[in-house]
Amino acid sequence: MHGVTTPERRAGPYRLAEDHEMLRDAVRVLADERVAPRAAEIDRTGEFPEDLRRLLADHDILALPFPEEHGGLGGELLMVCLAVEQLSRACATTGLILAVQELGSLPITLAGTPEQRARWFPKLASGEHLIAFALTEAEAGSDVAATRTTARAEPGGEAYIIDGAKRFISHGSVADLIVVFAVTDPDAPRHRRLSAFVVEVPTDGFSVTRLEHKMGLRGSPTAELAFAGVRVPSADRLGEEGDGFDIAMRTLDRSRPGIAAQAVGIAQGALEVATQYARDRKQFGQRIGDFQMIGAMLADMDAGIEAARQLLYKACVEIDAGAPDASRWSAMCKLVAGDTAMRVTTDAVQVLGGYGYIEEFPVERMMRDAKITQLYEGTQQIQRLVIARALLGKGG
Amino acid sequence: MRIVVLTKPVPDPASGGERLLPDGRLDRANSPAVVNGNDEYVLEKALKLVAAAGEGEVILLSMAPANAPETMRKALAMGATRGVLVTDPALEGSCTWATTRILAAALAMIEFDLAFAGVDTSDGGAGVVPAGIAALAGLPYLSYAAEIEPDIVARIVRVRRITTTGYDVLEAGMPALISGTQALGEPRYPSLKGIMAARSKEITTLSLADLGIDPSTVGRAGATTKLMESTPPPPRAATRMIRETPDEAARQLVEFLAERRLV
Repeated sequence: MHGVTTPERRAGPYRLAEDHEMLRDAVRVLADERVAPRAAEIDRTGEFPEDLRRLLADHDILALPFPEEHGGLGGELLMVCLAVEQLSRACATTGLILAVQELGSLPITLAGTPEQRARWFPKLASGEHLIAFALTEAEAGSDVAATRTTARAEPGGEAYIIDGAKRFISHGSVADLIVVFAVTDPDAPRHRRLSAFVVEVPTDGFSVTRLEHKMGLRGSPTAELAFAGVRVPSADRLGEEGDGFDIAMRTLDRSRPGIAAQAVGIAQGALEVATQYARDRKQFGQRIGDFQMIGAMLADMDAGIEAARQLLYKACVEIDAGAPDASRWSAMCKLVAGDTAMRVTTDAVQVLGGYGYIEEFPVERMMRDAKITQLYEGTQQIQRLVIARALLGKGG
Repeated sequence: MRIVVLTKPVPDPASGGERLLPDGRLDRANSPAVVNGNDEYVLEKALKLVAAAGEGEVILLSMAPANAPETMRKALAMGATRGVLVTDPALEGSCTWATTRILAAALAMIEFDLAFAGVDTSDGGAGVVPAGIAALAGLPYLSYAAEIEPDIVARIVRVRRITTTGYDVLEAGMPALISGTQALGEPRYPSLKGIMAARSKEITTLSLADLGIDPSTVGRAGATTKLMESTPPPPRAATRMIRETPDEAARQLVEFLAERRLV
């Protein structure tokens, strides 16, 4: 029997398109079957999951953010975020592999020349190379303009010499390319001091001086990097001298949704564990989910996650459409998603009671992993600052 | 080699939302549409055969509401080359006979070596459309295929047909129409590359006018059969799950059966 399109089915654009759903489902299946079984071990050993990096490469997940002419899939921001979300639902460390690949390549996307993109993108799209984004320093976190790492132009202008140190650099020890922000003109106005460079590593003068021991996201290496007279050809500078601060800010406008996606994924993973537990666990002769206090917690978790998810998807679409308030959208989605992930994972531990606090269930790991989403790519306080400035008209 | 695969969007059986409207038509608004399960098995086989042949295309053919491209997109993401969709407001409520005539007319407009269809669909389930199309189009019809071996040079196709006692080996000339089931093998998941490639694949839309079919002979008005009543099967008794160690589970199982004098 046959029917025509009914109004209910014609839901309009405010719904994921079929290809978005297909992509989400394809990544979800892969995450459930191949990533989830590895998550606890990755957390326990703190080792970067090379096998899962290869898995993401083999399934073209790392190709998503790159243009087709360079071997990528040309996926829009929403597609990248759908993939990060599904991977993070199983393992936040694995979700970050894609998120950092996108973060690191954004400066090249935004400010690279066609030649630079053709040089670096194919191996990033294939997953053969990883890239890291080195902005933060020990004394320059939220205050990016306080960067001390310098890049001195060699006489003749063929190259720059980079000196300094970067800290809290995700994938800093496993990356093949590192985007480094360094001061090229200390006398320039505050936001014109920095320039961005792509450093191919290993190279003379570059070293990894420390790997952090972290509360969560333990399989993702967070490195301190030292640059002692590292020579970088001028052809590897992104944009013009002095463009660095602007490149960094525009990068974060587009990369924060990736962290929001990681947060939504972590929260969803925790909700699923808590819901299953509330179905299975019986106390006082009934399943605990049927106690109103537990049921209400689950309902709040579900509603909160959905709200964060919808804000994230909307932010992706707005940013891709070139919305003038991209900073606001990206800050809002990370703010809401990060706080939601922290609240939801904390509540998931509560639903599981003592079982939530031990390694037998994954929610304690998810709670530790969730915390970082309130801290990196700008703390939640910085997100609020960005939003407030957009509101008050002082620019992002 | 060119293979046409008949694909039908059906309500997702996994959604739990399959139901009929009061007038007996399927309530398509109550659950998301997916490609009919048996159609996915024959599609998988078609994709493998064209890949093995090294050249050719897999063409999807559907008769469905105007929003069907959403569902067709998944079959394209699995690797089909292009789609042909017959859609027309006058088709609503068409019976299997009208569906058969329409699909046979659309098939006649496509050049192909083989046409594949699932043996039946999970919504209507009549299972007569593929045989009817073959009869109308004058094509050999090979049903319940568990294996399909085309020889494009000799222009013959050999099929293993599942029977109650084993299988028959059938042979026919090309073009031919073949129906199949899950015995053909698990359908692939669309790859990310496939999903992205499907975005730009072509779906041609045909109306009744394009097919030269009089609208008054199809749809609800032209239906040759009418559904008088539909009754769901009686609910099954609640399932009792035994989750114990193997020894204890076996003991409880035997006890359960013994109580009912079944062992």
